[in-house]
Amino acid sequence: MTKEELLPKLKAIIEPYVQNQDGLKKLNENTDFIKDLEINSANLVDVILDVEDEFGIEIDNEAMEKMLTVKASIEIIKAKLSEK
Amino acid sequence: MVRADIIKELPYSHPFLFVDEILEIDDDHIKGCYTFKNDEYFYQGHFKDNPITPGVILTECMAQIGMACFGIYLLKDKWDQNAIAVAMSSNEMNFYKPVYPGEKVTVISHKVYFRFNKLKCDVSMSNTKGQLVAKGVIAGVAFNK
Repeated sequence: MTKEELLPKLKAIIEPYVQNQDGLKKLNENTDFIKDLEINSANLVDVILDVEDEFGIEIDNEAMEKMLTVKASIEIIKAKLSEK
Repeated sequence: MVRADIIKELPYSHPFLFVDEILEIDDDHIKGCYTFKNDEYFYQGHFKDNPITPGVILTECMAQIGMACFGIYLLKDKWDQNAIAVAMSSNEMNFYKPVYPGEKVTVISHKVYFRFNKLKCDVSMSNTKGQLVAKGVIAGVAFNK
């Protein structure tokens, strides 16, 4: 799956948890989930669990801690998908 | 009582500790109880001349048993009262029966998931007649202070 294919899927997952709609409109690779979208840490866990379900992958603690931006998330999802 | 030690680990005290006993506990569920004293502070104002336990207090009681006690158990060796704090992150609750001063309630909480220090549970509360008092979903997080 390419970056271009992954981005809309990721956007759909994070959308229900976003508090800053302006940040969502401006969503790009550098978007930070907490700073730009105002997702709280509890909902960040929900994002990770939804990513696991959507892509059929398992996110470990190490990967979870890195998944704070769109760019890092896409890299981790791509890496986990390639391990399958 | 099983695991009385867990209640000592809770970060609450009078007048905001709403756990008397833990009756059952394992990796999937917890069961505990609390008896609302006749002189709990909130009965002074909720309601005027008509004391009924506030829904937020019932929710708090469910969170203290179903989230905090359960979470401390699930964290096992990672729990450290001095280093880790807990917080409720969300709840969705329905209420079915009033709880009056002096009533004992039993809380049962079943784990939906426990991942990345977030615990989400299906929680219910019943009275001594076995009637459902409240039911819903609560989630909470544990984090470094």
